[in-house]
Amino acid sequence: MALDVLIVDDSAAIRKILLRVLTQTDLAIGDVMEASDGLEALKTLESRKVSLILSDINMPNMDGLQLLASVRARPEWNSMPVIMITTEGSQAKVMEAVQMGAQGYVRKPFTAEQIKEKISSCVNGGAK
Amino acid sequence: MESPLTPAEITNLITVETEKVFSTMLGLPIDLRPAAEEAGNEDSGRVIAFVGFAGEWSGSGSIQCSAKLACCISAKLLLMDFDRVNEDVLDAIGEIANMIIGNFKDDAAYKLGPLGLSTPTVIHGTNFQARNWNGQSWTTVPFTCEGEIFEVKISLVQTNALREPLRPAVMLGS
Repeated sequence: MALDVLIVDDSAAIRKILLRVLTQTDLAIGDVMEASDGLEALKTLESRKVSLILSDINMPNMDGLQLLASVRARPEWNSMPVIMITTEGSQAKVMEAVQMGAQGYVRKPFTAEQIKEKISSCVNGGAK
Repeated sequence: MESPLTPAEITNLITVETEKVFSTMLGLPIDLRPAAEEAGNEDSGRVIAFVGFAGEWSGSGSIQCSAKLACCISAKLLLMDFDRVNEDVLDAIGEIANMIIGNFKDDAAYKLGPLGLSTPTVIHGTNFQARNWNGQSWTTVPFTCEGEIFEVKISLVQTNALREPLRPAVMLGS
């Protein structure tokens, strides 16, 4: 079944790069949606079918950890895989994201291969 | 108070993180140059991106290059061609600044403690000068990429010092 992916990042450049990676991957990707912060992401989640979230951590209005908490608090989204893709290298924040239920994280700068491997690992039930 | 990071340590961290971003995200070779060289004021303009630090230490980091190199970097990052600086180029250079300066901040945390990072501000223009508050000194690391200069700068000062009554060094005359 095709993955409908929501990209959440306040950087338009990163959204474009991730979109390109997803469209060039051999994974079955369906719709790709974009949001520039957590609040916009929640609105998209309310109205569209999403099967995977790729989210930055540091964003204005609602950051990636707040978005993750909101997603995990809703039973219908509780098991949705969330991968954090971030410049944030603080171990404390990364651990916080993992403890809150992020399935994985990728640190910027990243390669297309790292993103593909992480998505593949998450959708196949892999670990962080 | 002087930064607990020496200029040599700052230069080393900037070099590692800049080379990592250029090799991983851009596939562009980049070479360290002697520290005295600075990016020139090209006719087509320069692009400069600033990211601010806040925490026990405050300051900013910047990247700077010619408009031509900014278009080349953006083309590699976004896989699109650019013949002039537009919004996509400004976004791309902002993201490059975010990655280089953001990773520098994480590397530097062992000596400076946790620091917050602002979102990048990107400027394209000609014949401009950039200056920080009260003339704090910068550590400048110039690189060569595609025959052009790519410059990364860091300025850090202890936040307590900023609470003292600092004023611009130059007063305007009447």
